[in-house]
Amino acid sequence: MLGGAPEGGPYDGGTTPDGVLLPSAEPVQLVDPDGHHHTDGRYLLPDGDRLLDAYGRLVAGRRINDQANALVRQGRMAVYPSSHGQEACQVAAAVVLGAEDWLFPTYRDTVAVITRGVDPLQVLTLLRGDWHSGYDPHEHRVATQATPLATQLLHAVGVAHAAKLRGEPTVVLAMCGDGATSEGDFHEALNFAAVFHVPVVFFVQNNEFAISVPLRNQSVAPSLAHKAIGYGMPGERVDGNDLAALLAVLGAAVDRARDGGGPTLVEAHTYRMQAHTNADDATRYRSADDVERWVPKDPITRMRTYLRALDLLTDEKEQALADEADAIAAAIRKGLNTEVTVNPAELFEYVYTEKTTQLREQAEQLREELARDAAGAGTPADDTKAERR
Amino acid sequence: MTQTTEAPTGGVAARPGAAPGGRVTSTFAKALNAALADSMAADASVLMFGEDVGTLGGVFRITDGLTARFGEERCFDTPLAEAGIMGMAIGMAMNGMKPVVEMQFDAFAYPAFEQVVSHVAKMPNRTKGKVRLPLVIRIPYAGGIGGVEHHCDSSEAYYAHTPGLTVLAPATVRDAYFMLREAIASPDPVVFLEPKKLYWSKEEVDLAELRRTFEAGQAPRRIGKAVVARPGTDATLISYGPSVPTALAAAAAAAEEGRSIEVIDLRSIVPFDDETVCASVRRTGRAVVVAEAPGFVSVASEIVARVQERCFHSLAAPVLRVTGFDIPYPSPKLEHFYLPSVDRILDAVDDLQWED
Repeated sequence: MLGGAPEGGPYDGGTTPDGVLLPSAEPVQLVDPDGHHHTDGRYLLPDGDRLLDAYGRLVAGRRINDQANALVRQGRMAVYPSSHGQEACQVAAAVVLGAEDWLFPTYRDTVAVITRGVDPLQVLTLLRGDWHSGYDPHEHRVATQATPLATQLLHAVGVAHAAKLRGEPTVVLAMCGDGATSEGDFHEALNFAAVFHVPVVFFVQNNEFAISVPLRNQSVAPSLAHKAIGYGMPGERVDGNDLAALLAVLGAAVDRARDGGGPTLVEAHTYRMQAHTNADDATRYRSADDVERWVPKDPITRMRTYLRALDLLTDEKEQALADEADAIAAAIRKGLNTEVTVNPAELFEYVYTEKTTQLREQAEQLREELARDAAGAGTPADDTKAERR
Repeated sequence: MTQTTEAPTGGVAARPGAAPGGRVTSTFAKALNAALADSMAADASVLMFGEDVGTLGGVFRITDGLTARFGEERCFDTPLAEAGIMGMAIGMAMNGMKPVVEMQFDAFAYPAFEQVVSHVAKMPNRTKGKVRLPLVIRIPYAGGIGGVEHHCDSSEAYYAHTPGLTVLAPATVRDAYFMLREAIASPDPVVFLEPKKLYWSKEEVDLAELRRTFEAGQAPRRIGKAVVARPGTDATLISYGPSVPTALAAAAAAAEEGRSIEVIDLRSIVPFDDETVCASVRRTGRAVVVAEAPGFVSVASEIVARVQERCFHSLAAPVLRVTGFDIPYPSPKLEHFYLPSVDRILDAVDDLQWED
């Protein structure tokens, strides 16, 4: 298992005397792109029910990505960073955690947050633009999505450290992308987690690009998982489009953390099939051929082939899953096509627990401006100004 | 009030000694240490961590004895990484703890700046108050101790400019105790600026009595509340933190020249106490703001603007500033040219367009 010297197996490529801590030479894969089981010396294939359940969430995740993109095109959301092609990472990150655990997502991990159980409309509040975060992080133990890179990894360490001090069994799974591994906070988080030996799983979705900058310009380490050894924690590489492998590897890291084994760094090798966001022109930095090469590795078709071959996935079941995904998409569409009423008074409500004198004055100023605007509706702007004088 | 500014030769907080009347002499540093210890004793969720705060007791000994008394889980050393300290504190505060972190020196806090402005200040607002961050960022702050470069910045404007942060700067031993306890008890994140040159200043106070007063809820609120440190009728000096003793000395010198100068100690930079400041200026009609930081785009600038907006018709003269020059903090042998001095304050008072 992770953290112990294996007898044979993938660690053979390791360069330390006993191979401890080094990731496998190749990313762990349990179901290959053709949908066939691929045996691994250390990780068992999750059972069929677990795979089927996760597959359903995968289908829903793809549908959520597609729906969100459509809503941006319709002007219903400001922006959407799609995880199309990375849905297996999204689903696995959410389902390997228990209710007592915490998930720390990035801005791209909307599908993971929804899979964890947060109401999709609340998740999309940030991207729709009516508040910076639309959900209560404590309700499902999902931290807020935010756009600075790697900063949340340290918050994850703090949550885990607090839980550990109280003797609680909480494990924290903290997500980031390949670009974030260049940030100072990434290194400080891994070091703190290792020094304080806290139950955190760092999960890097290496999707090859930080907006336009390819991985080779980001890091020359043998792999991002190799960075773990510098902090004294195990690193592991996993096929990020293989749902089964992700469940096995992340699940093992979570179990290890819960058992007091400390932090792990897991790097998933995947690919961002769409642009960084709808505002990005991906054709400026990669060719259509590059993207096409990843189409056969799609996490959904691969798991579908595997499950169909075992007759775990029937026509009826597929139809049922498609209907469920449609229902989620319809709810998102309906919710985002409904105008929300924003309350400007709320601007001043949450800056401090108790409003300062200055904020009370400013809230009153805005209230008066709005009241005046409402009273003067329909009158020319110049008249309103004249009235003020 | 007895304020002295000399540093002890060993760099260790002077031990309290007996004084007449049953009171004892305590340093500012000792009062902070007592506030930390009393907060940790009163609330098991209070934690103290940072660089060198454990075994060493902090480079200024503010955390002296806390690890021995409360254990390594309650007061501990971290790896040398300010963003790490700050970011971990955020997570611990999210998960039920009340972390107090030490940034060792003002200019060493900058690597943590992103965590402070992007997350500490914004998290409660981002989540509509669902996530509160009851944490305290202790920063040994400002100059006057002969420190080498990067040990003496006056960084309050960076924090004060960031909505969501409470920014405090005590100037007396009693305030050091009460304000740190209030900061730790606050549900909001607090940047707690500790004027380094006041660490060794002394007052006759009974720390046990301060503790009883605070825990009985009898200590008047200090967050958001300025205080008249010296009453006067002719002009107002508005100051905070390390400049307060200098302003008081200037007021004493002015009294010998026949001018009655009032001194306001802000204590709380954010929230700002317009009421106390403006009441004083309306009474005296003249004001000078005294602060160590460079004056351009500073807390002093903000105070001048607020006073002229609110007290314009009471003013007999423009509100003036005595601040540090707009230069990087100088080296030890030059800092006395930079810091607001009694003479510079008296010159500014003289410039307040007196009729006589």
